[in-house]
Amino acid sequence: MKLFRMLSVKPWTAEGVLENPDDEVAYNLPAEKVGLRIFLVVATMIFSLIAAVYLARMSLGDWRPLSDPWLLWPNTALLIASSAALQWAIISLRRGDKAGLKFGLVAGGVLAWAFLAGQLLAWQQLTSLGYFADMNPSNAFFYLITGLHGVHLLGGLVAWGRTMGKFRRGQDIAQLRLSVELCTAYWHYLLVVWLIMFSLMLLT
Amino acid sequence: MSTTTAPADSDLVRPAEVEEVELYHAKSFITKYIFSQDAKVIAIQYSVTATAIGFVGLVLSWLMRLQLGFPDFFSFIDATDYYQFITLHGMIMVIYLLTALFLGGFGNYLIPLMIGARDMVFPYVNMLSYWIYLLAVLVLLASFFVPGGPTGAGWTLYPPQAILSGTPGSEGGIILMLVSLALFIIGFTMGGLNYVVTVLQARTRGMTLMRMPLSIWGIFVATVLALLAFPALFVGAVMMTFDSLLGTSFFMPVIVEFNEQLEYGGGSPILFQHLFWFFGHPEVYIVALPAFGIVSDLISVHSRRHIFGYRMMVWALVGIGALSFVVWAHHMYVSGMNPWFGFFFATTTLIIAVPTALKVYNWTLTLWKGNIRLTIPMLFSLAFIVTFVNGGITGLFLGNVAVDVPLSDTMFVVAHFHMVMGVAPLLVVFGAIYHWFPLVTGRMFHQGMAQFHFWVTFIGAYLIFLPLHYLGFLGVPRRYFEMGDTSFIPESAATLNSFVTIVALIVGFAQLVFIYNLARSTTKGKISERNPWQATTLEWQTPQVPPGHGNFGAELPVVYRWAYEYGLPGARDDFVPQNTPPDQVMADGGGEVEPSPQPAE
Repeated sequence: MKLFRMLSVKPWTAEGVLENPDDEVAYNLPAEKVGLRIFLVVATMIFSLIAAVYLARMSLGDWRPLSDPWLLWPNTALLIASSAALQWAIISLRRGDKAGLKFGLVAGGVLAWAFLAGQLLAWQQLTSLGYFADMNPSNAFFYLITGLHGVHLLGGLVAWGRTMGKFRRGQDIAQLRLSVELCTAYWHYLLVVWLIMFSLMLLT
Repeated sequence: MSTTTAPADSDLVRPAEVEEVELYHAKSFITKYIFSQDAKVIAIQYSVTATAIGFVGLVLSWLMRLQLGFPDFFSFIDATDYYQFITLHGMIMVIYLLTALFLGGFGNYLIPLMIGARDMVFPYVNMLSYWIYLLAVLVLLASFFVPGGPTGAGWTLYPPQAILSGTPGSEGGIILMLVSLALFIIGFTMGGLNYVVTVLQARTRGMTLMRMPLSIWGIFVATVLALLAFPALFVGAVMMTFDSLLGTSFFMPVIVEFNEQLEYGGGSPILFQHLFWFFGHPEVYIVALPAFGIVSDLISVHSRRHIFGYRMMVWALVGIGALSFVVWAHHMYVSGMNPWFGFFFATTTLIIAVPTALKVYNWTLTLWKGNIRLTIPMLFSLAFIVTFVNGGITGLFLGNVAVDVPLSDTMFVVAHFHMVMGVAPLLVVFGAIYHWFPLVTGRMFHQGMAQFHFWVTFIGAYLIFLPLHYLGFLGVPRRYFEMGDTSFIPESAATLNSFVTIVALIVGFAQLVFIYNLARSTTKGKISERNPWQATTLEWQTPQVPPGHGNFGAELPVVYRWAYEYGLPGARDDFVPQNTPPDQVMADGGGEVEPSPQPAE
């Protein structure tokens, strides 16, 4: 473990400059990627705390499981497709295939928007059946979890919009690489979060 | 990790490779001083905003003390006001003042300068962080002006009372409070990502993690804690907003209000307490760890001695940070819990005393045989050590379930946490402001006023809070608007309360002297010499004072040693800056440098 090795150095024993400049950065990555990883840790805290409260609240007497709207299944498929499209964008970018990159980026974004629209429809389905947030804690958690997940995805779509802007301005494909990689990593992360939260709501 | 003891021939030291950093360049007054992306300007914005809202918190404490010291005398304070003052005072001081000042203020100013970076890694996000923080402060202030006023739920915002109609501010105040907290957390996360990634990735050549000054270590670990802990408050705040606005029952149990059953039911208030304190306890260390780090540097600089046990200091910071996540339920002993849980949390709580005591020993041993200069920052640092020990020891009392239960609702707890996380970190804040004032402004503060500020604050803090311990033992309850007919509390308790109030007002006014001193010295103070404290760290070695845009000149500094090289035998000065090349250290210009004597560890 590099960090542990770093922490055991005795700084007073030696003067001079490091031989290996790599040791000066903790991770051999661009700052943006380190930043994203740390943000994902923060987001993981949020969703795992919600899951913990969900399980704790579930054990109290008044919990009635929510019959999850069927629309969540096609929505999940949309989110998977969105993630896959962005992965396609990365693969095309590595190959230098500009058309494939464009297809992947556009499809990824559009599918994510479609997912969000689908989630809103699911909310509408539920409310039209009279399942409001205050009816039962399971309903409340459904709105809370889908809402927070949606807000995170919206934030991702802002980053996606900026990436599209760079693409439109015809930036060099190599310069786009970092933005596309960051978007894709975030999309995969949100997909995993959704799959876990969705299964939590299905199974309970 | 291999290091070379640099040979006399400095040609072997490679030139500093200055990466082409896309530095943001301000084009107008507005982008330079208002919507600035320069971490130093953002730091000052954070500090000024935090101090301003801190003064609101201070005035609220005066009003509270007036009521406690002279009940029934001030007709303009009724019970509703009193609870609003308590709530806002606590929330402002802990979150909007101390957290924002230590991380947003000192973090932004010191991190890039002390690790040899030109700026934070994400300057635009950094700017957003400040503006969202300002918005959070404004939303908080707005709650004074909505019908019903700000929330009076206590700074812990416990449901169900926080959102029920009996509590002041349940109309709109509580919602604005929760929204403000959520905004604060979003703004902080943006800043926090910057602080962490800058420390990890943007250190200059030679600045290894273990060569960083302890100030940076303290701020770094505190930021990591905050990034992990604030989500709990965020989740709690969002859920309570749901409960309040949408009528959900995450935390709300079955409630009968005025003979009428409310729509709520089945929720658990204890769940909120867990969320709150999972954030709330690390929050103590989010405030304390930067203070620990900064005071280590102040003590070392002003006693001309290397910090004793540097590695242990770093490990203790990390250890305290880790432990702070497994002690939260010691705030909930009176909420009722399985005795085994109580046992577990009491044990972990007491274990925290080990790394903290280690730090106190190391500060003391740094002073031992040091060349102590009783400058203003040093006075504040010494006052901090004493105060932190005093506040910490009462923490050992309260960490035990059996002692905590009877004391929990008394003034003893108020005295404890004010000493340990109010007064102690604030003493460091003052010391640090005096220490870095010549760097930030290029001028020296007025010594006489600073002495006055120190002695009144230090002695005054003890005159205020030592009696509160005693009042707590007498059984004077906290959170009470007035005591009423309480036969078991002697008359003299009321006299003591009046005395505390008078001292609190005097100490409060001494803070105005402090602000006046800073404001006046910024423009009229004596021009400070460069590096007036003869410190080794990089922020004092910049080509311009105050540091210009981009912090360092054409080349970033290269770091050759740790930050604590004081009193090196045979050296030209009694301190060796971190970026002095090894061949320029010795008085005779000779190159061979003995490593400094190894500190006992």
